[in-house]
Amino acid sequence: MAHTEATHLPVTASRVSRLPQSLMAMMLGLFIVGFVGFSHIDVVHNAAHDVRHSNAFPCH
Amino acid sequence: MNTFRAIVFSSVIAGFVVGAIVTVIQHFGTVPLILRAELYEKAAAHHDHAATPDARDGVAAAHSHEDHEHAEAWEPGDGFERNAYTAAANVLTAIGFAMLLAAIFAMRSGNAGGRISWHEGMIWGLAGFAVFTLAPGLGLPPELPGVPAAPLLSRQIWWVLAAATTAGGLGLIFLRRSLPASIAGLILIVLPHVIGAPELDHVETNVPAALSHQFVVAVTMTSLTFWFMLGGVTSAVFARFDRDNPETLPG
Repeated sequence: MAHTEATHLPVTASRVSRLPQSLMAMMLGLFIVGFVGFSHIDVVHNAAHDVRHSNAFPCH
Repeated sequence: MNTFRAIVFSSVIAGFVVGAIVTVIQHFGTVPLILRAELYEKAAAHHDHAATPDARDGVAAAHSHEDHEHAEAWEPGDGFERNAYTAAANVLTAIGFAMLLAAIFAMRSGNAGGRISWHEGMIWGLAGFAVFTLAPGLGLPPELPGVPAAPLLSRQIWWVLAAATTAGGLGLIFLRRSLPASIAGLILIVLPHVIGAPELDHVETNVPAALSHQFVVAVTMTSLTFWFMLGGVTSAVFARFDRDNPETLPG
């Protein structure tokens, strides 16, 4: 039993530290996609115009 | 390399590779259809009475009136400049989506030894396709320029709702693996389609229906290819960067 606990502890610790970093990266990714594909700024819209249509993001 | 860095680095590499490839695919698939639709769009704007202009007339009209139509905001010039911005936007979009995938790979391979294979990565890519293309596309099919649609913000809100509920629903069904969770997941996936996507009561366009249909097929197939590649490449590169991550090593 003692052996089992010893091998499981670090695993739990690593998951705890990985989760916030993963969530942070996820938010960064969503921000990038949102900026490129969903911006209401005309210049951003015009630059990414064909990509918005090609990805079926709402456009115009 | 720590987890956040491994996610960001692998996403940037995967984003450049997949973004570049998908730009080439779009160049021969979706972009020519967009350009053709724009001829109809511009022809309609300047010859209101001509409901179905010949494409050749469209070219003439588009070029002679181009400068007036978009005088308000900067836009890239046709040809190389426009393609370059398309490539850049594709790479950025691919990096953003790759970050979502790599973050999931990091969370799911949390403990020592567990790695997401490129094959599993492709399955996650398929999930991305379902969430970000299939589900929103059912209510809001890929649209060509020149086809009127409901106000932009309302469509964007519905699009995000459809993507979010589909992601949540698929997660409940495939990750929880219990009957109540599966039922709840299915309800979540169906919900935005019961609410219904915003649409106009009356749509009048001179963009031919055949062209629109061709575009839906081209977008969907391009997107499927994009997500398969992104899932596979991101998982492979992420596994490599994450290999010596002290946060995953026991002890």
